[in-house]
Amino acid sequence: MGRLRRTMLYVPGNNAGMMADAMIYGADSIMFDLEDSISLKEKDAARHLVYQAVKNLDFGGVELVCRVNGLDSPYGENDIEAMVAAGIHVIRLPKTETVEDIRAVEQLIAKYEVKHNIEVGTVKMMAAIESALGIINAYSIATASNRLIGIAIGAEDYVTNLKTTRSASGVELLYARSQLLNAARAAGIAALDTVFSDVDDSEGFTKEVKLIKQLGFDGKSVINPRQIPIVHQVFKPTDSEISHAQAVIKASDEAEIKGLGVVSLNGKMIDKPIVERAQRIIELAKASR
Amino acid sequence: MIEKRVHGKLIKPYEVNADASGKVLENIKAALKKANLKDGMTISFHHHFREGDYVINLVMDEIAKMGIKNLVLFPSSLGKVHETLIEHIKSGVISEIHTSGLRGPLAEFISDGNMSKPITIRSHGGRARAIEAGEIKIDIAFLAVPRTDCMGNASGNGSKTQCGSLGYAIVDSKHADQVVLITDDLCDYPNMPRSIVQDNVDMVVVLDAIGDPEGIASGATRYTKNPKELKIAELASKVITSLEYYKDGFSFQTGSGGASLAVTRFLKDQMIKDGIKASFALGGITKPMVDLLEEGYVDCLFDVQSFDLTSTASMYRNERHYEISASEYANPSNKGCMASMLDYVILSALEIDKDFNVNVMTGSDGVIMGASGGHCDTAASAKVTIIVAPLYRGRLATVVDRVTTIITPGDSIDVLVTERGIAINPLRTDLVEKLKKANLPVVEMHELVALAKSIIGEPQPIEFDDMIVANVEYRDGSIIDSIRKRK
Amino acid sequence: MKIIKPSIAGTLDSCDIQIRIEESVDQTNTIYLKSPVEKQFGEHIRSLIQNMLDKYALEGVLVHAVDKGALDCTIKARTESAIMRAMANENSVDWSVIAHG
Repeated sequence: MGRLRRTMLYVPGNNAGMMADAMIYGADSIMFDLEDSISLKEKDAARHLVYQAVKNLDFGGVELVCRVNGLDSPYGENDIEAMVAAGIHVIRLPKTETVEDIRAVEQLIAKYEVKHNIEVGTVKMMAAIESALGIINAYSIATASNRLIGIAIGAEDYVTNLKTTRSASGVELLYARSQLLNAARAAGIAALDTVFSDVDDSEGFTKEVKLIKQLGFDGKSVINPRQIPIVHQVFKPTDSEISHAQAVIKASDEAEIKGLGVVSLNGKMIDKPIVERAQRIIELAKASR
Repeated sequence: MIEKRVHGKLIKPYEVNADASGKVLENIKAALKKANLKDGMTISFHHHFREGDYVINLVMDEIAKMGIKNLVLFPSSLGKVHETLIEHIKSGVISEIHTSGLRGPLAEFISDGNMSKPITIRSHGGRARAIEAGEIKIDIAFLAVPRTDCMGNASGNGSKTQCGSLGYAIVDSKHADQVVLITDDLCDYPNMPRSIVQDNVDMVVVLDAIGDPEGIASGATRYTKNPKELKIAELASKVITSLEYYKDGFSFQTGSGGASLAVTRFLKDQMIKDGIKASFALGGITKPMVDLLEEGYVDCLFDVQSFDLTSTASMYRNERHYEISASEYANPSNKGCMASMLDYVILSALEIDKDFNVNVMTGSDGVIMGASGGHCDTAASAKVTIIVAPLYRGRLATVVDRVTTIITPGDSIDVLVTERGIAINPLRTDLVEKLKKANLPVVEMHELVALAKSIIGEPQPIEFDDMIVANVEYRDGSIIDSIRKRK
Repeated sequence: MKIIKPSIAGTLDSCDIQIRIEESVDQTNTIYLKSPVEKQFGEHIRSLIQNMLDKYALEGVLVHAVDKGALDCTIKARTESAIMRAMANENSVDWSVIAHG
């Protein structure tokens, strides 16, 4: 089973106070930001701070992601080297539009893995897609590198690019979300939804989380720890889902022991996807306790 | 007149003055003269005006001008605003202090060993006990009151200042030899309902201003938005609702600090879900508790101190919002204080150690910076005492090997809730299974101590001098710890 | 080594530390520290900053550190940022040097 990525907690890279406790809120991943939340004259300081935090603090096995600056800025390559050297798990590339964007980052990661004596291929990648062109290219982006573990949609830039704004219903994102999700699934990687910026609107947030869960997303970026339990609650399987999943897995295990090729439960044949879904439900249930 | 005492209390029948002015005087000086203040007397004050208090400073300045020396200052608590007392200590006007709290420059001055006699720190219940037991004899009580009539029926809802409950002052008014009320709102007789009753009052001094409303109470106590405090509060609320005491008619007290206050919110949500109502909430009252009362989720509020304007107004508006005295609240030696009926109390801590002893008085650098308050009273009384505290603050561990000063002994504490896990006092093995069953992150205390060290590092030990600057009295009058002068 | 220009890094927010570096009148290094945990961690914080100065073989600098309860990793990050800025090198750092020590 892959890692759960229901929640990716966004931590501004220059905020010393938030680093040491970023993992206590139960997010599946922590994303340090060196990009939009950092002013140009603080890029270097944030890079040092995130480097030291990743290298020295104990995050208890939580997946650590860093959103670096794009390679079209003077900061991108330095960010990538610092993060590779620090031992980050995933580098998240913002504003990805083409396969070439991915390849360029991948080459730099490999270059710095070699320089810092890290096995090539260790550092994974995520791509945020934030434009109409990026959405069109979603599948080719999603398949551009073996390092990619997921693609994410960045809605603020995307809706601006579309010449619209975000609405409560999210109708303007329907195409992009569907296209991105389909690309991610076709590539066999995770699909992650955009942030919801009004921290005090827990009702609107819950609605959006339910929507993206139903669409099929793995999870969502969150900007405040208070949003984490809401996402986890929405993704938490119901008791009947859990008991059904347990029955499916039991039947599957028994079939395997007996050497049966076909799994059946209560007289109904169970396909491989149903077993996989059951496994995922059990994982989610464990994490949601 | 010959001095006459009954049960040690001075008897002074009321006599209308020749000029018919009665008890009302126009300045503090006149009151000091009439009360015949002498060197070495014990004078008391209350702290319902918190950082907005003018009265202690005004009275002490006047006393200093009269050349009186060696007074014992016996307020229910002191704040940063009382910095000016430093001068009166230096000049010998004040030679001894008894208080619950001490903060700011005055606290630093005393921590540095500038008083020849150690101060005495008492809990709110312990202070009421010491007064009623006669261990402390108050010669004159100077009590700031937001409103009073000419005979001394006084209340906390004045036209210029509002402080709600006068719970700490009530005790002094009943037991002091002489009671001087100080107000800036003299109203027509009778002022009802009243907190302080005329048969206890000797004099009423009317001034232009007795306090700064801004410093007395904020509009409404705000919930914290700090995610760490919210996480701690949510866990603490789950601890409450996972234990068998959580049922219709349960009772609780929460503090006014960040996480402690936020517990009320999470608890309320769960009470609504479960349809469970509380019988009473006790202690310092804040808006969230008033909300619970007004929405029918708690039957009574017992208010020894109103922390914000919402609770101040509520006491006069809501029939089931009752004022109680500090003795009713937490005195361990009367015939039963309300704290003894508590199911749960949620308290904070500056430090808590591996034996669950709690410090709410001194910083980890040894400087006095807090207040004993009702901490040890309610911790000893409640069926379940829960401490809410972050594992560390800034670069200082909250969960430590040994607290700097013991205010509440570890055997009164049942559960510690931090953002990184819940530790249960080994004396309460009955709670362990229940909380684990509720899927709460139960850890061992020593694991939390070690975790704090791994994050912040091992601090250099603080060095203390031999000189004792403060003795900490436990609620029963025994000395539980001493605070030494810092080096 | 000498610094090229005075620099500053870090903030006065809780849990952070602000490091200001400037040229001294002589060849010695001096660290001025203001910290709420001076008694418990003052010596330790000074040594972290001193180690960082040694790592870059800096001479003749004054360091003014205003601590707000920062953890070690923050102190190192802010000191190193300030040094890089003082050497006008902040965006072309060699991370194998940073990683060393």
